Amino acid sequence: MKKIRIGSGAGYGDDRIEPAIDLINSANLDYIGFECLAERTIALAQNEKKQDPESGYNHLLEYRFEKILPAIKQHPTKVITNMGAANPLSAAKLVQKMAIDAGLKKLKIAVVTGDDVSSEIHKFMDEVTMETEHSLADLDKPIISANAYIGAKGISNALDEGADIVITGRVADPALFIGPLIHEFKQNYDNVDFLGQGTLLGHLLECAGQVMGGYFADEGRKDVPELWNLGFPFADFNEDGSIIMHKLAASGGLLSTETVKEQIMYEIQDPTKYFTPDVVADFSQVQVSQTEDGVKVTGATGHTKTGQLKVSVGYEDGYIIEGGISYGGSTAIQRAKLAGDVVKKRIDALKISVSELQIDYVGVDSLFHGVLDNTQAPNEIRVRFAARTSTLAAAGEIKREIEALYTNGPAAGGGVRTNTQQIIAIASVLIPESTVRIQHKFLEVR
Amino acid sequence: MKLLDIAHSRTGDKGNTSIISLIPYDDRDFETLKQGVSAEKVRQWFQKLGDIQVERYEFPGLRALNFVISNALGGGVTHSLNLDRHGKALSSALLEMPIKKEK
Repeated sequence: MKKIRIGSGAGYGDDRIEPAIDLINSANLDYIGFECLAERTIALAQNEKKQDPESGYNHLLEYRFEKILPAIKQHPTKVITNMGAANPLSAAKLVQKMAIDAGLKKLKIAVVTGDDVSSEIHKFMDEVTMETEHSLADLDKPIISANAYIGAKGISNALDEGADIVITGRVADPALFIGPLIHEFKQNYDNVDFLGQGTLLGHLLECAGQVMGGYFADEGRKDVPELWNLGFPFADFNEDGSIIMHKLAASGGLLSTETVKEQIMYEIQDPTKYFTPDVVADFSQVQVSQTEDGVKVTGATGHTKTGQLKVSVGYEDGYIIEGGISYGGSTAIQRAKLAGDVVKKRIDALKISVSELQIDYVGVDSLFHGVLDNTQAPNEIRVRFAARTSTLAAAGEIKREIEALYTNGPAAGGGVRTNTQQIIAIASVLIPESTVRIQHKFLEVR
Repeated sequence: MKLLDIAHSRTGDKGNTSIISLIPYDDRDFETLKQGVSAEKVRQWFQKLGDIQVERYEFPGLRALNFVISNALGGGVTHSLNLDRHGKALSSALLEMPIKKEK
C-alpha cells in the first residue's frame, strides 16, 4: 500500500526550528509543511510591504532556510510553507539565492499567488463580518489588507509540475498538507472523503508541538516527558486514507490517544461541518487508537465545498494602551483596587477620550472575570489596565496616569510597565471563489 | 469530584467564539459527562464572561464533547482588551466544575 510521510515544521510564525530539522534529518520524510501565518500576521505583513516592496514575508524565513537547505540537501524532502505571507515572490527569490549559495542543484521553487483580494474587496463592503454582526462598510475603519484563504490547488498543481519547495501566502492551513496528498495519490478535488481525511491530517499537523504534548502537560494528571525538548509530529498517510501519527523516539514530548484527541477537537465548532476552501470536512465519526506503529486516526469524511472563501480583512482599529503596577502584602488587594479607582476617576475627570477601559487584578480575576471564586487573598496582586483609544495622544494621557501611580497612588506600588500598540484588527467575510485566480510560477536553481 | 478528576480539556478560538473540549480519561465516563454537563450548565458556569451562548457538540467516535461559546472573548484575539485575548486559559475554569459520578 502506498504511503506518504509528511512532517510538521512549524505551528506558528515564530515557532522553533530545531524540531523541524530533526525530522528532516531523521524521520525519512517525503514532505514537510511549515504553517506560519496567524490571522493577523498577513495584515501586518501587507503594511510592511507598503513600506518596502521587497519585504512582507515571514521574518524568520532566512533564519529557517539557513538550516532547512543544508538538511534537505542531505535528506531530500519537499518543503511546503505559507511563509510567503504578503510577498511570496520576494520570499522565493531570497530562498533561490540562498539555495544557490548553499550549493543545491536542480531545485524548483514554486510561488503560489491569488490570495490577495485587496483590489476586489470594495465589491463586498455590504457583507456582514463574522466577528461583529456589522458590515465592512459599517465598521467605517481604514482597510489595509484583504486575503482569501485559498485551497490546495495551487500547491498540488506546482507539485505536479515538479516543485521541490512551494511558497504561498494565505492558504487554508490544511491545504499545506492536502496539496502533497492530491499530487501523490493522483486524486481529484471531487473525492470529498479523501479531502476530509486529508483535512484531518492537516489539522493534526498544522499546530506542530500541540499534538505532541505541547499545550497539554499538567503534572500528576497529564505528565509529558522532557517537555523542554518537545518534538514535532510526522505522519504516514496511507492509500486507504488512514493516518498513523508518529514521534521521533529521540525527541521529548508525548504522542498518545489523549494528545491526538485534544488536537482533533481543537477549534472545531460543528464537527459535521468543518469549512475549508476544498471541502466541508466531517470529523464527527473520527476514531483514534493506539497501535504498535503509532496513533492511528481514521473516519473523517467530507461534503462538497461551499464555493465560498473566507477573507481576512485587516483594518486599523485605533490604539490599545496596556499598563500595570504591582502591590504586595496582606492588604495588596485593597491598594490594588484603590489604584484602579484612582486611574478610572482621573480618566473621567480629565475627560480623556477612551472608548473602552478594562481593569483586571492579576492573581484574582484577570483570566476568568469572576467565573471562579477567589476565597484567599494572594500576597501579590498586579493591577492591569487596558484601554482602547482612537488617538495616540489619548493613549499617552492614560499611560501617564498609570505611571503617576508611583508618586500619586497607594502605598508601595512597584513595577510599572506600559505598552501602547496601534491595532490592526481582522474582520472576516465570505466571497465567491470565482473572485480569486490561483496561479503559480517557478524560480529555478540549475 | 470535579471535572478535572475524570476529564481533560483544551481551548481554542475562532473570532469572538471560544471552543472548549471535554474528554474523559476513561471512555466509560463519557456518559457521566453527557448527563452531567449540559450546554445550559456550561452557560451558567461561564455567565460572568458576558452575554454568551453555548452549543454542545458530540464526537461519538472520540467519546468526547466540544462546547462552543459565542461572544466569550471580548471581540476576539485581534480586538479584545483581555490579558488572555485567545481565552486559552478557559479550559482550566471549566475543569473546576463539580460533577457527580454516575454509579
